[in-house]
Amino acid sequence: MAEMAGKGESPEVLFWVGCAGSFDERYKAVTQAFVKILNKVGTSFAVLGPEEACTGDPARRAGNEFLFQMQAVANIQVMNGYNIKKVVTACPHCFNTIKNEYPALGGNYEVIHHSQFLQQLINDGKVALKGGGEFKGKKITFHDSCYLGRGNDVYEAPRDVIKALDVELVEMKRCKTKGLCCGAGGAQMFKEPEPGKKDINVERTEEALATGASTIAVGCPFCLTMMTDGVKNKEKEAEVKVYDLAEMIAKDMGI
Amino acid sequence: MSFLPQLIFLIILSAAGFFLVKRVKFLRRNILLGKDEIRNDQPDKRWKTMLLVAFGQQKMFKRFIPAFLHFFVYIGFLVINLEVLEFVLDGIFGTHRLFAPYLGGAYLAAMNFFEFLAVMVLVSCVIFLIRRNVVKVPRFTKPEMKGWPAMDGNLILCIEIVLMMAILKMNAADQILASRGVGHYIVVGDLFFSGLLHPIFESMSTGFLIFVERAAWWFHIVGILAFAIYVTYSKHLHIFLAFPNTWYSNLKPKGEMENMPAVTNEVNMMLGIPTEAPADPPAEIGRFGAKDINDLSWINVMNAYSCTECGRCTSECPANLTGKKLSPRKIMMDVRDRAEEVGKSLDAGGKGLEDGKSLLGDYITKEELNACTSCNACVEACPVNIDPLAIILEMRRYVAMEESGTPAQWNAMFQNMETSFAPWKFSPQDRFNWAEKVKDEEIPD
Repeated sequence: MAEMAGKGESPEVLFWVGCAGSFDERYKAVTQAFVKILNKVGTSFAVLGPEEACTGDPARRAGNEFLFQMQAVANIQVMNGYNIKKVVTACPHCFNTIKNEYPALGGNYEVIHHSQFLQQLINDGKVALKGGGEFKGKKITFHDSCYLGRGNDVYEAPRDVIKALDVELVEMKRCKTKGLCCGAGGAQMFKEPEPGKKDINVERTEEALATGASTIAVGCPFCLTMMTDGVKNKEKEAEVKVYDLAEMIAKDMGI
Repeated sequence: MSFLPQLIFLIILSAAGFFLVKRVKFLRRNILLGKDEIRNDQPDKRWKTMLLVAFGQQKMFKRFIPAFLHFFVYIGFLVINLEVLEFVLDGIFGTHRLFAPYLGGAYLAAMNFFEFLAVMVLVSCVIFLIRRNVVKVPRFTKPEMKGWPAMDGNLILCIEIVLMMAILKMNAADQILASRGVGHYIVVGDLFFSGLLHPIFESMSTGFLIFVERAAWWFHIVGILAFAIYVTYSKHLHIFLAFPNTWYSNLKPKGEMENMPAVTNEVNMMLGIPTEAPADPPAEIGRFGAKDINDLSWINVMNAYSCTECGRCTSECPANLTGKKLSPRKIMMDVRDRAEEVGKSLDAGGKGLEDGKSLLGDYITKEELNACTSCNACVEACPVNIDPLAIILEMRRYVAMEESGTPAQWNAMFQNMETSFAPWKFSPQDRFNWAEKVKDEEIPD
């Protein structure tokens, strides 16, 4: 972004990478896949790179409002400094925070989740899917992220993206408004669960496996981690893969 | 004709009215122990939400069988209350079936419809009792339901069954008396459901039947008045509060957390950003987050009084489903119990909120709060739009900011965020490293 601003250019959209997208070994692949798609279709975009900080979502959900606002206000200063108008992110937590919670602190942007962005690209015919890729005809189930689904009523965009791959979309028993959390929201990602009889991600993975799907599609870094761990826990990692939507589209595009 | 029954009726009616007003004042005061909050934007959308969710029972129908049965009890409640109006007027004026002469055939149709509803309410309540006590539907047997809450639920169902039986018994006796041409009894016509009871009563003497009919009449009306008062002590308040509760629903995206302007001012000052806040700091520095009910919004407390403990929230809570202590229903029950405790203490001239107890600790533990994934399943599940999550998150704010009592792993996450601007310990300078791989790769056309 700093480079672009130096040249006096302003991007169409800012890609908010997020901490998981920047640092998580597995989710970096999602960031790379999404960037390849953006490059391929020629979208004018920028990333903040080292100028990006955590949105503050986990701090806020854990109760630390000070820390959240420190992060948020700093991020807003950076984004407003670059006169950012539109933001796309592959993380529903970042999406929710920037879209719903930054306006109260002076950050007003049009914010969309990458599933919505991909849906638009597909609808506009900008992404030409081969449809004959490795997913063709396979059973795929989509795990709703709480902050995308119930949190912001985005249920159809990710499903439309999956359907565009010419696959069989199978729903879990608890889906859409009734979708079961992967167990990582509300800052749970950053601590061990409270004592109980089962881990939430295992419960959810069992439900996903029960659909007979060979791929569990997700649209959130935390869900990706939790579902991947769940599949490992069930020793199904050879048969069942967990992918982010952007990875699936990039694979189909052969990039 | 003796005026004694009318006098007794008026005394009972006034006494019931007096107690009801007193109870309503008590409940109102308890709800207003919560902090002031203005939430009356988008009135059109609020009325629409109330019509759909409360009046139209929209969210109940996510689970069809209980929704179908509940629908009859609900319609029965709304419609049979029209008959209660006649009861009250008859009681005051010493008349009998006041509306019958004016409505003619419509009265017969109405009475048959009321009887149909009474039977459906009765059947539904019996099925509900079976679901609670024989089938033991899991959400009714959770730990927070032990004791009074289970008893409360069963009592309500039994009272409704008995009240409905009284209507049918009264109509049966009434019509036999009318057919015998006794006194002021009016032939309404064929009443199908109470007609089925005629064989039981037909052999009885006229004197005894009058006794049966009067006893059922008094039992029904006094029963309804007593029930109205009972409701104010029970979980059954949802029959009234569902309406304001849905009107005051949160209309924002569920994922959004309310901003804390007090914190914004401090953060802006620390970062040297000019603030719009007045130069004078507020005289009273409020608490951050919620420790007790007076730190919550009055809407949170109204939510608690609107809860009828159906447990749909708890049955969809990922933490509860996997054996954690958290139960969103218990959160709501705790808020109400604490509000009741404080209210009673205040009325008795006691210490109220200053009794050394608080919602956090004495009712809700940190273990419960920490188990929440903020997934909004409970909020989505509630048929009357109660928001347990808002309470949980406010209480977490208190634990984090006033007590520094968050779990160690969260403290580590806070520290990472302060020093490396990410919840994990990575160097901020490495944020862009992922791009190396993309740059190296040629994109095929």
